[in-house]
Amino acid sequence: MTPSATVLGFPAYMKRLYAFTLVVLALSGFAQMPIFKRYYIADVPGLGWLAQYYVTHVMHYLGAALLLGLVAYAVAGWLAGRPRPRLTGAGAVRAALLVGLIVTGVLRVIKNFSGVYMSADWIVFLDMLHIALVLAYVMAAIWAAAGKKRWTTQP
Amino acid sequence: MPSISRRHFLKGSMAAACGLAVSRGAEAADGGGGEPLATLLDIRKCVGCEACVLACQETNGHKYPQPKKPYPKMYPSRVKVSDWSDKQDVTDRLTPYNWLFIQHATVTIDGEETELNIPRRCMHCVNPPCVKLCPWGAARQEPNGLSRFDPNICLGGNKCGEVCPWDVPQRQTGVGLYLDLLPSLAGNGVMYKCDRCYDRLARGELPACIEACPEGVQTIGPRSQILAEARRIADEIGGYIYGAEENGGTNTIYVSPVPFEEINRGSEYGPGRPHMEPVEDQMKLGNRLAAAMVLAPLAGAGAAISRMMRAAQGPEEDKTATDSAPDEGRDRP
Repeated sequence: MTPSATVLGFPAYMKRLYAFTLVVLALSGFAQMPIFKRYYIADVPGLGWLAQYYVTHVMHYLGAALLLGLVAYAVAGWLAGRPRPRLTGAGAVRAALLVGLIVTGVLRVIKNFSGVYMSADWIVFLDMLHIALVLAYVMAAIWAAAGKKRWTTQP
Repeated sequence: MPSISRRHFLKGSMAAACGLAVSRGAEAADGGGGEPLATLLDIRKCVGCEACVLACQETNGHKYPQPKKPYPKMYPSRVKVSDWSDKQDVTDRLTPYNWLFIQHATVTIDGEETELNIPRRCMHCVNPPCVKLCPWGAARQEPNGLSRFDPNICLGGNKCGEVCPWDVPQRQTGVGLYLDLLPSLAGNGVMYKCDRCYDRLARGELPACIEACPEGVQTIGPRSQILAEARRIADEIGGYIYGAEENGGTNTIYVSPVPFEEINRGSEYGPGRPHMEPVEDQMKLGNRLAAAMVLAPLAGAGAAISRMMRAAQGPEEDKTATDSAPDEGRDRP
């Protein structure tokens, strides 16, 4: 291995997959709230699944698995990269929000197992924090896209 | 095994549960050893007197909704007001004001047409979708196996009602937190259902419906003992059990002298009148997918390392790997 010349990139198809994953997660995530049927969005042909809670629940889990795979790919590549790329400020903000989303999401997945009891206050806190982090990530992503800010830069 | 009567419950399991309740607060009156409490309903014994229904209403009346009228105009117009406040005397189905009703089923036993009476209320699932899928945390499950809704948080979106295999939760408009948020645009009241008298259990008392029943239809105890007792009765009478496996298992176990398919055929069910059909575990697929969430990062990291190793093997591979990083490649100083 020649580490001094090796930096793992994020191929274009993976970028598209990442964007697709975020869209699936956002749609299926917001569909956990009873809004898509109320506001006719689920009436749009092809979007009826947004009003089926068990479908969106499974879609969210599948999206989460994809996200975890992509994040692990990026993190492993970043850790092994020579020279190791540095996170930009915009990258660090989005990475921190992603970590928060993943941690709260994993805790919510654990909560859904049979026999797992969490206090009502803790569940409310987790739910609210997960939603707040989603909104923050959406804003951070828009900010980064508008300013053409990168995730990493080379040292 | 002896049947678990009210007296047994009070003297035995409840004694242990009460000790826990005192030490761990109002949410801790479980079946001992962390095991949830379950109820057993012997359908043969119910005479349909509705003493349980009345006791439920008297005991839980202070929890019933007191909506403010007129209700906010709802947008869009497809959102309908769900108002039971003028129909509080309805007892032949579940409503926000009636958390337990007697379902009647005409069946044939030994060639003779018979009417069975079946107390119906929340099944208190072992893994309740209403609790686990509530987007706000307004629904909660307690270690003693009961599930209940917090009327101070619930927005009345009826998701719990839609994911409940038995359509148990019932909505009342004009009450709850949504009135203080965006009453016309989001939410529609509060959801209500049996909370298995969580407050009475926490005080070491029996749920009202169990205490009031003159026929001893219901018993309560640790789930393993309740299941064992249900199986013993079923074996003894050649009967059938409902609730042990449905939706992955519930904490409400029915024992019947006839198959539940027959009960289902012989009873009226629909909105507010739960069926007794087989129910698959609604949370099973999601929880199985959780395994994919464990494997996905391993696969992702493995793919990255594999690609790095291939890239490191030669200049051409290396170049490919570097150039295929559009962000980093383009912007690298």
